[in-house]
Amino acid sequence: MTDKYRSPHTAEAVGRLRKLATCLLLALMGMGCALAETAEEVPKKLADLDKAVKSAQMSGDNAWMLTSAALVLMMTGPGLALFYGGLVRRKNVLGTMMHSFVLMATVSLLWAVVGYSLAFGEGSPFVGGLRYAFLNGVGADPNGDYAGTIPQQTYMVYQLMFAIITPALISGAFAERMKFSAMLLFMTLWSLVVYFPMAHMVWGKGGFLNGTLGGRFPAWDFAGGTVVHITSGVSALICALYLGKRAGYPHESMRPHSVVLSVIGACLLWVGWFGFNAGSAVAAGPLASSAFIATHFATAAAVVAWMITEWMIAGKPSVLGAVSGAVAGLVAITPASGFVKPMPAIVIGLAAGVICYLMVSKVKQVFGYDDSLDAFGVHGIGGTLGALLTGVFATKDVNDLRMGKPMGLVDGDAGQVVNQLIAVLIAWGLAIVGSVIILKIADLVCGVRVDKQQETDGLDLSMHGEEGYHFEV
Amino acid sequence: MKKIEAIIQPHKLEDVKTALQTIGIDGMTIGEVRGHGRQKGHKEIYRGQEYKVDFLPKTKVELVVPASRVDEVAEALASAARTGAIGDGKIFITEVAEAIRIRNGDRGESAL
Repeated sequence: MTDKYRSPHTAEAVGRLRKLATCLLLALMGMGCALAETAEEVPKKLADLDKAVKSAQMSGDNAWMLTSAALVLMMTGPGLALFYGGLVRRKNVLGTMMHSFVLMATVSLLWAVVGYSLAFGEGSPFVGGLRYAFLNGVGADPNGDYAGTIPQQTYMVYQLMFAIITPALISGAFAERMKFSAMLLFMTLWSLVVYFPMAHMVWGKGGFLNGTLGGRFPAWDFAGGTVVHITSGVSALICALYLGKRAGYPHESMRPHSVVLSVIGACLLWVGWFGFNAGSAVAAGPLASSAFIATHFATAAAVVAWMITEWMIAGKPSVLGAVSGAVAGLVAITPASGFVKPMPAIVIGLAAGVICYLMVSKVKQVFGYDDSLDAFGVHGIGGTLGALLTGVFATKDVNDLRMGKPMGLVDGDAGQVVNQLIAVLIAWGLAIVGSVIILKIADLVCGVRVDKQQETDGLDLSMHGEEGYHFEV
Repeated sequence: MKKIEAIIQPHKLEDVKTALQTIGIDGMTIGEVRGHGRQKGHKEIYRGQEYKVDFLPKTKVELVVPASRVDEVAEALASAARTGAIGDGKIFITEVAEAIRIRNGDRGESAL
């Protein structure tokens, strides 16, 4: 997620342009023609040209990054809201969609006040400082540490969209039974205690796990395998265990009330994820194309893998299975997307499709926890798998951050797998400890679970005083 | 007057309606209902979680006819709704004490 992640191609092109311009100018002068050029004007012309080239590059990169930011917001609403909303019973559709939607507002405000600063301001290896609190100093000038060719405002708002979707992912685990007030409190504290520090450790300057800006254990996480999917997925499991099962689980029917909504949501997630992963190149150069392609092929592979596994084991290739496979593939390729070639991306997708299917349909049943919409099975496990396989398949041919030295196991650096494992363990540990403490606090302050009557009535009515569907007049 | 309540397969509704209109029965009320008799339900699987769905979608047709026509109507309805497979449904016939047309207060068979 830094300026240095970009390939040198752009710089080369700029260099060539400059040389060409210099030659042209010199040729003109050499001709001694009627042009009233004096030797003093040449440096000024060069400086102007330099400025024009930079401005052109900023326009290109900024256009893509603003688009990407919008795409990532679209993943939460309506993408995730529809995906999760369709999976719950009819009486909880609004409450579930609201979990995603309200975070688009609350996390945004938190981000403006302290979030961006705690994640990306310089500070300790574990959390950022308050330099950018209230967006102080976050303006049109680029922040060279992270993205040298776009305004820091663009980088800030792009990263905000990640901070929104990450807690929204957790809501799949406690669907249909968490009190709305407790959910707001939990998500606010969770952002402060888990997300901002984890984002700082992996992506922030001087972060403990930062791959390029002075991390103790440089880990590769292109778009958020540890930061987004492990933290949310593991916290989701903790929530499911802490809140307990839904009343009537598993003997009462809890069929998704509309797989149709989930299919639409999953498709929006797939499209939005191009902003998530390809946007993480923080520029519109060749690395963005590479990440885009890795993302797409991994997802396609995961759909096929999940579908065939389910077809063989359960007898039918379900539509919900196919779209769940897509999400599993998107999750797993996220950390690897800017480091791997298309064929390894397909391998990652295939692995995610099979393993996540087994997690949600077999392992969950064995342990009996009620991770209602499989936030842990898909994001926790898919994220862990992707983070580890990033260490295996990362290659300098795609992203040469180490100036020709090996990037991952396929390049001959087995140590990178260890670095990835350390990042995974830290993400798991922070998510577990942070979530347990925060749930306890939220429970003491307002109680985390709705009462039995409210749960029977459904969250739509008991929490929000509305119903999702009125088919009668 | 008799009330005929028929629980039929939803896809046979059009045939039933046509058959009844052919013998001059114009009024009826229908509703989407769910239920089962001896017909087995089906199994649905969502991410490995199996659900046995016993109550299947059915259509309920209700109509009140003069007692003199009840056998003829029931016969027409049954033959139009029949596929021969399990799950074709049932017909229930009950006595109706009174009928009132709301528009003008007509009573009895003239209200039908």
